[in-house]
Amino acid sequence: MAVEGRSVSDVVVLGVGMHPWGKWGRNFVEYGVAAAHAALADANVDWRDVQLVCGADTMRNGYPGYVAGATFAQALGWQGAEVSSSYAACASGATALNAARAQILAGLCDVALVVGADTTPKGFLAPNAGDRPDDPDWLRFRLLGASNPTYWGMYARRRMEMFGATPADFARVKVKNARHGVSNPNARYRKLVTEAEVAASPMVSDPLRLLEICATSDGGAALIISSLEYAKAHGVTNPVRIAALSTVTPSYPNTLIDMPNFSTDSSFGVAAPERGFRDSIAHAAYEKSGIGPQDLDLAEVYDLSTALELDWYENIGLCKEGEAEQLLNSGETTIGGRIPVNPSGGLGSFGEAVPAQAIAQVCEIAWHLRGEAGDRQVEGAKVGLTVNQGLFGHGSCVILKK
Amino acid sequence: MSNKARVPAVDGWFTMDDEPKLLASRGVETGSYFFPKNLAFSRNPAAPTEALEECTLSRRGRVWSWTTNHYKPPAPYISTDEFVPYTVVAVELVDEQMVVLGPLATSCDPSELSIGAEVELVLGRLYEDEDNEYVVWQWKVVQ
Repeated sequence: MAVEGRSVSDVVVLGVGMHPWGKWGRNFVEYGVAAAHAALADANVDWRDVQLVCGADTMRNGYPGYVAGATFAQALGWQGAEVSSSYAACASGATALNAARAQILAGLCDVALVVGADTTPKGFLAPNAGDRPDDPDWLRFRLLGASNPTYWGMYARRRMEMFGATPADFARVKVKNARHGVSNPNARYRKLVTEAEVAASPMVSDPLRLLEICATSDGGAALIISSLEYAKAHGVTNPVRIAALSTVTPSYPNTLIDMPNFSTDSSFGVAAPERGFRDSIAHAAYEKSGIGPQDLDLAEVYDLSTALELDWYENIGLCKEGEAEQLLNSGETTIGGRIPVNPSGGLGSFGEAVPAQAIAQVCEIAWHLRGEAGDRQVEGAKVGLTVNQGLFGHGSCVILKK
Repeated sequence: MSNKARVPAVDGWFTMDDEPKLLASRGVETGSYFFPKNLAFSRNPAAPTEALEECTLSRRGRVWSWTTNHYKPPAPYISTDEFVPYTVVAVELVDEQMVVLGPLATSCDPSELSIGAEVELVLGRLYEDEDNEYVVWQWKVVQ
């Protein structure tokens, strides 16, 4: 066991594993266990040596989902590890990773499992059942029919108005991500898509069409993380390191309408924060690591919609506000370009398995930094970033380096 | 005309008169507005213990963005047997310096919308049962 208070120089990703995304219809625990077994094998760590299990919760699978850490620990075989469970909507995986990383940095443990998995119902994500008229997540559906794509559609239209983005620009995000995901064995959709196919798909939340909106998927992802000292003792001399992790919340006033809210904060009488919430998520990780957007070799961003991927280019500093379409159309964010974005295929190729998604983003970056990403490998990748946002104000950003 | 009683679909969010207004709260020190109304605590971190008072929001604002939904959303949304696409509008209130969502008035067509267009608060039917017609605030384009 770790000696409490011992100094730790770095936290590393020793192993990664995923259960493929799909609509498998099985219990989420199966996907999480499969991902955990894969990550343990990848790390060459015996499950019985893992000292801490940090689970990312699912809200759609009853009590076992609320206590995901213990659910997976039991499924893998009780062995006495410490446990925690985290929920932060789409950012749950990063919050679970943060819990594990903090314990390792504090010298409280050497090696931890971070795991999340989900089984999703068909169709739109819906609020929890029952009459709950004091819950904004329930009320937004009841009073407005404001599904998640409602918010994404409003952002997309705003982008068109402010920056002259076109539906064709949005469609090209899907075309790029489909091309990236086509050879990814963990992706759910592995098929090339054309701009014409996007334009012919049914309108969902105008101007966004069906092929531009993230589906809900089943899947699982897991990480084995450890202190650098533990990794070296296991003969791993140059592991992928976690350079920074950000789980920031917004600063008041949060002036961009955000799920599941009915309004923004009012900026009456107060100065707007230096950075809007989405800008602040990666910024915090840049500040902590001394790494900047110019240092990135690749990024996994949260493309809940095609248009939202373009927002993220600006939010993480790949280009100035209003220049994302130009960056996309230049080919720089395609594999082979200067800064490939979503080489995994992104949510467009995966669909969303909420508690697994931020962990899956880390898996993807780790494979690239290790040179093990197969046909979609970003050559020579040394630094990668993941970014994600969970509703109710959860930021999530991880910077990894080799 | 229906003889059903006209009742708000949610209590305490808007007035039911001919010139309806959204009900909000305001911090007595900072002047910060909060919608929906919350009198229990201020979310302005500069004055977390300030008292709050009820207020109304401006009846007119400008369109920030909007979207028309072409798929039936899940419950608790209540839709008629034959689903009709509906539009949600985000509206900037100038005095309050905030954006508030609301459905587009059923009397308006989304083709009337443009970013920056002036809209006004009205009440419209959300759903009904045997006894009541439940109404909600809506944004109507000012002609």
